[in-house]
Amino acid sequence: MSEGNGANGNSTFDVIGKPVQRLDSLGHVTGRTQFFEDVNPAGMLHLKMHRSERHHANLVSVDTSEAEKVKGVVQILTHEDVPKNWYTVLTLINVGYPEELVLAEKKVLWYGEPIVAVVATSERAAREGAAAVKVEYEDLEPIFDVEEAIKADAYPLKPHGTNYFEYEGHHCRRVRLGDVEKGFAEADHIFEFKYQSKPIEQAPTETTGCIVEPRHDGRLKIYSNTQAAFFTLDNTALILDVPFGKLQVVGGTVGGGFGGKVDVTVEPITCIAAMKTGKPVKYVYDRYEEMQISSPRAAERIYIKDGVMNDGTIVARQVTLYADAGAYSRHSPYATTKAAAHMPGPYNIPNVHIDSWCVYTNRTPSSAMRGFGVTIGDFALETTMDRIARALDLDPLQLRLKNAYRDGDMKAHHKVAEGTALIEVIQKAAEQVGHELPDEYRAMSSKEAR
Amino acid sequence: MPSSVIEITVNGSEEEFIAKPGTTLLGALRDTLGLTAAKRGCGVGTCGTCTCHVDGEAVMSCLVPVETINGATVRTLEGTTPADGLSPLQQAFLDNFATQCGFCTPGMIMAAEALLAVNPAPTREDVVTAISGNVCRCTGYESIIEAILIAAEATS
Repeated sequence: MSEGNGANGNSTFDVIGKPVQRLDSLGHVTGRTQFFEDVNPAGMLHLKMHRSERHHANLVSVDTSEAEKVKGVVQILTHEDVPKNWYTVLTLINVGYPEELVLAEKKVLWYGEPIVAVVATSERAAREGAAAVKVEYEDLEPIFDVEEAIKADAYPLKPHGTNYFEYEGHHCRRVRLGDVEKGFAEADHIFEFKYQSKPIEQAPTETTGCIVEPRHDGRLKIYSNTQAAFFTLDNTALILDVPFGKLQVVGGTVGGGFGGKVDVTVEPITCIAAMKTGKPVKYVYDRYEEMQISSPRAAERIYIKDGVMNDGTIVARQVTLYADAGAYSRHSPYATTKAAAHMPGPYNIPNVHIDSWCVYTNRTPSSAMRGFGVTIGDFALETTMDRIARALDLDPLQLRLKNAYRDGDMKAHHKVAEGTALIEVIQKAAEQVGHELPDEYRAMSSKEAR
Repeated sequence: MPSSVIEITVNGSEEEFIAKPGTTLLGALRDTLGLTAAKRGCGVGTCGTCTCHVDGEAVMSCLVPVETINGATVRTLEGTTPADGLSPLQQAFLDNFATQCGFCTPGMIMAAEALLAVNPAPTREDVVTAISGNVCRCTGYESIIEAILIAAEATS
């Protein structure tokens, strides 16, 4: 162990500054790391899903008779086989209410929504069985646009009646500071921009999947590549309506996740298949499903209106953000809250008005991906800063330094800023790229009151 | 279609087994022979995680029906690992932090092994070409390329 803590100058650091071998690397280079699919229990069955071929439709009939005849098919699962078919993953942290279905019941809300699971002795037979399921649809008008979805006369997609997530009775997550209209009235310039991003797939090399093995003691052992083992265990137990102790999740080794493996999409139905058949069952997405079915980063539409003085001081910022959650919530209500808090940017602006909407459409449910809720917003914010700098013929770094948070500033969500360092980071970055700053900007400090 | 009796040599060991029509080399290695270093990332020959050697050449084993290579000699990452220690490529990947999630690593090393077998002193461009069919979604390509070049230098 090192002695001292560095502060008194007698530290003997034995980690910092020295390469330390990753614990898992030896397994990786020898191929001995055990990914979930490297488990191969005897007698394992395979599960494949029959999915919606409509964006929005009522289910008139679901006929599994041909699927049952496929050689090798041993079990067909519909919503009637799922103990608690309605769920929502964030229920564990008291966000939302059950609104997604493990298997569709009366209607489908997105192209790819699971309807019938087919379990067979081979992957091929499961695939053929899933393809043999016949579904008759009554088509409904799909909604693909977030602003169309929230119109007063828009068709409500879900039983609770609004095509947006309600935050404590409000139509969106709101942040308010000062008086934004007063700020705009005082500003020398008004800038308005619109940004639109598309959904982005995490595209891990290892596709989402799990193997569930019934154990002699009545428990289910779940080999999974989930990024959220406990989250998966708890949500699966709620869906199965069993005590948490009935399940054991073996995980932690993930062949790339990037947020794409935090929803609980494969484990519950695979557990049900294992319980019904008494055999180990594997359910793994093929590449098509990974790209098309698994939840991407949400598409966002962002409107930014800034009131700016001639010297570049931003006096008012209004942002309306629509996150396209797709058909179901998953992690989007959380991301949209993050977006609301984030959208003022790391700047001291006295008048702020943020409306951050989590909107439901007939698109693939979106969810987590690296910095979800802030990444697209940051792109929009910092692009806006550059555009303002260009329009006012100001240096883009000086514009940011002028407006940067300092310790003691009041943030838009009514927390006092502390531990700020944007000014120092920009100064250092400018120095490293040879971007010259005037003395007054080089002398600025996050610690110095405004 | 009837199943076939397959005889192939895998990592020096003569193997004989029955394969259903359409069984891929990857499926035979993983499910029949229990050799799981080669991974299935896409199953359609686009990601390279299943890369193995058939008669010395790097192939995507998910695209090879095993009945078409009867009598062949197959090598997987398990077969390149010395009984004691690591191969120069494995050591270079380890020392140079060329792994992240590890899922592409077996395929990367097998692609690199095939390159170094015919071209012991590759240029950077040769390395890039050799692994161009192998996807690393963690995007650790720079350290992978570096590790392969270091391994080549260490062995030549």
